[in-house]
Amino acid sequence: MRITVLPRRQQVEIAGRRRAADVLRELGFLPGTAMVIRGDELVPESAMLEADDDIEVRSVISGGAP
Amino acid sequence: MKCTRCKAPAQVQLRAHNANFCRDCFLFIFQRQVERAIEKERMFRRDEPVLVAVSGGKDSLALWEVLHGLGYQTTGLHLSLGIGSYSDVSTEKTAAFAAANGLPLITVRLAEAGMAVPEVAGLTRRPACSACGTMKRHYFDQLAIDRGFPVVATGHNLDDEAARLLGNVLHWQLPYLARQKPVLEPTHPRFVRKVKPLFRVSEYETAIYAFLKRIDYVVDECPNAVGATQLVYKEMLNRLEAASPGSKLTFVQDFLSRAQPVLPAATGDGPPQTCAQCGMPAFGEICGYCRLMRETEQKRERRAASGAA
Repeated sequence: MRITVLPRRQQVEIAGRRRAADVLRELGFLPGTAMVIRGDELVPESAMLEADDDIEVRSVISGGAP
Repeated sequence: MKCTRCKAPAQVQLRAHNANFCRDCFLFIFQRQVERAIEKERMFRRDEPVLVAVSGGKDSLALWEVLHGLGYQTTGLHLSLGIGSYSDVSTEKTAAFAAANGLPLITVRLAEAGMAVPEVAGLTRRPACSACGTMKRHYFDQLAIDRGFPVVATGHNLDDEAARLLGNVLHWQLPYLARQKPVLEPTHPRFVRKVKPLFRVSEYETAIYAFLKRIDYVVDECPNAVGATQLVYKEMLNRLEAASPGSKLTFVQDFLSRAQPVLPAATGDGPPQTCAQCGMPAFGEICGYCRLMRETEQKRERRAASGAA
């Protein structure tokens, strides 16, 4: 599957199918710190992603000025 | 996986609440949490005009959307900070959201006043986030009082509050801990009430809300935030949360209900005086903003003089 990681605009390819939670773990995201998006749908972490999917992983963390 | 509320297929898993929701139930629960926070903490009434500080990010735009949807009288306040293309995109997205929803928006461009955040931080050699925070607070306070708004709402979420709490506890900042509340009542005639209606919802929930509502927010991180201490605290708290879901909510809620009420007596931090320069509240002869601007002007003049010599 082809994955775009935002906001760092990183492109990643992973072979085979995976649960969304496993993809997040492989990319180094802790649970609850990124959304998994397929097309224009939010994918729950327990859902299976297929080998030919195009996926967006979008970090939810922001911060800086108090 | 089924929705905890209606048993339809669930789209959102919230480990902290041990619950799953479909799109519609998640949106309902999120809005209800914000509405309950406003009512329980007595943040503002429906007949009070609310100035919403809007950066163009997920939290502030989600907050504005929820408040507008709940029928509150809102006006957006956006500060264009002059941080290159990041600020340009933030200003564009904020303006587009306001226009699409028919909402009033006040935009202040700091660069046009010669006070872009990178220049101020660079000249005064202060951390960008520190200079930015001082400038934002000043403009929020001043515009609110000058335009007659009794309350300013910001998009601080549970993660922001937990990270701030951790930082304040690590350094035992008692005056800051005493003021860390979801509602801050004015302590000076030129302060207005400051409220954080999202203080009980995580940034994961806020991001999901913004996404499901198709809010076009700035996904990019502020370039100045790279390496910010607050992000280190958030990373630590997220590790705790992964091991023990609900930790962040418990940390903040228990602080507010059990520790915070006993703090004011211990701090000895008196009410602010009046800034001799701008008339806004100050802890000292002049306020932090005027000190920062004075220093910026001095450094700018010195640089111009050395360039001319």
